Amino acid sequence: MTQISDKDVRKLATLACLQIENSQLASLKSDLSNILSYVEKLSQLDTNGVEPTYQVTELRNVSRADEVQDTTVTRDDLLKLAPTVEGNSIRIPKVL
Amino acid sequence: MTSRILSYLNRSAKENVQQAILKAKQAESYHALLSLTEERALEQATKVDAGEITGRLAGVPFVAKDNILTFGGKTTAASKMLEDFTSPLQATVIEKLEAEGAICIGKANLDAFAHGGSTENSAFGPTKNAKDPMRVAGGSSGGSAVAVALDIVPFALGTDTGGSIRQPASFNGVVGFKPTYGMVSRYGVVAMGSSTDVIGPITNSIADSELVLEVIQGADPKDMTTLPSYFKPISSAKPGKIGLIKEHMSDNIDPSVLAQTRIAVEQLEKAGYSVEEVSLPMIEHALAMYYIIVPAEVSSNLARYDGVRYGHRSDNAQDLAALYGMTRSEGFEDENKRRIMIGAYVLSSGFFDAYYLQAQKARTLLIDQFRTVFEKYDALIGPVSPTPAFRLNENTKDPIKMYLTDTLTVPANLVGCPAISIPFGSTPEGLPIGVQLMTWREQDAKLLALARELEGKA
Repeated sequence: MTQISDKDVRKLATLACLQIENSQLASLKSDLSNILSYVEKLSQLDTNGVEPTYQVTELRNVSRADEVQDTTVTRDDLLKLAPTVEGNSIRIPKVL
Repeated sequence: MTSRILSYLNRSAKENVQQAILKAKQAESYHALLSLTEERALEQATKVDAGEITGRLAGVPFVAKDNILTFGGKTTAASKMLEDFTSPLQATVIEKLEAEGAICIGKANLDAFAHGGSTENSAFGPTKNAKDPMRVAGGSSGGSAVAVALDIVPFALGTDTGGSIRQPASFNGVVGFKPTYGMVSRYGVVAMGSSTDVIGPITNSIADSELVLEVIQGADPKDMTTLPSYFKPISSAKPGKIGLIKEHMSDNIDPSVLAQTRIAVEQLEKAGYSVEEVSLPMIEHALAMYYIIVPAEVSSNLARYDGVRYGHRSDNAQDLAALYGMTRSEGFEDENKRRIMIGAYVLSSGFFDAYYLQAQKARTLLIDQFRTVFEKYDALIGPVSPTPAFRLNENTKDPIKMYLTDTLTVPANLVGCPAISIPFGSTPEGLPIGVQLMTWREQDAKLLALARELEGKA
């Protein structure tokens, strides 16, 4: 049975860039503990010497010529999606 | 079942579109669609009617799950994060369908970012079941399944990361096809679990699924995970050997679902197939693997939603760190946050080997077991979902209970093989039940031919 603490939830939220309110802590703690307790039964499985599978296509190193591809999407199209723009730059609040 | 798509061909595309939009408006209370793309649809219809666009789907209206990028309106992934997002490009599947004359008339509801099995995690409210509006549509492609079941359109596109096409198809009495991983380009789909995500059709008949697949399949230079094109429909299957998955016929499955699956087995035997029970012990571990691997991929894929380049941005942040934290907290639903945090946990140093690496090794063992079984059997059969459609709000308080509804569908995603949900009768109360068939990778054509043996035979 995996038990997650308040501190663990806060650490995970920081890792995931999520701001968590104090009122959400209790339910997150119990949900995450329950989910991890369910999936941890996999630890009983003997996987000694087994290679992991990260993808199932059996394709390897698919590459293409290093040439600019035609695209219908322009810089202006992409800048239009940004919440605030100044000239050709995306504006954000101060970093530090 | 006769094709619904064929009945739309050789008619006025404009009338087809207008009729579909009218039906969509009449069925608004089901909340299957998040938006209509009426203006662009009518423009496309004019081109089809003028003969500027011809093809196998000329003038046929459809809807796309709203995590697939389209022109003509927003693509929201049913999230507050992308509530106002208008895509500057279209998914490859949409480009291919439009090139054959098909016309997208709207975007279908889903669980936000496709995280869920009931469409109740949509930021804009749930979709209601087509047969019983007090029950869930299933999910995450709930809107797509209901739009087809209500005959608003003859086909819809869904995505399936752990059962999200097949389970809602079974809940609403329609056909749902999950192709082999890599058969259909994923370019332009909002990424969830990149090692299992696929796009596939939801239709009223197997013939229609085959037709849509023929159009959308094939290698795509914009998606390096697509396989070389291989799909070629076959007219009929040669009666062979089929395995009934022992672990999927347990007491945990609803009795009427078990009964319908057994009737399907009898129908296959009548058609000359030999069916025997087969055990795949690793399948019991598939759900635990899935809820490690997919959250890990989710946490990586959803890192891009930071409020900087597109999507929602919090108005209240004074510095960049707060901008990230507040934007993501406001833009994601609770289930998105749970999956992101579980993903962060299983990938974090100290836990990586015990969870993520262990799950990927277990995945190898699961695949090996399927490979061995498919050397002996042409296909596997079992139920799609442990229960028929459950009541709205029945499972929302307990994430594990919701996850367990994916038990029978996740193995095909982890293995990468194709799987189909075929409507096969109903419960005594009239709720639809689906039966699932699977074949080995790249045998999608054979799977469709086999599925025809069960169509209309419940």
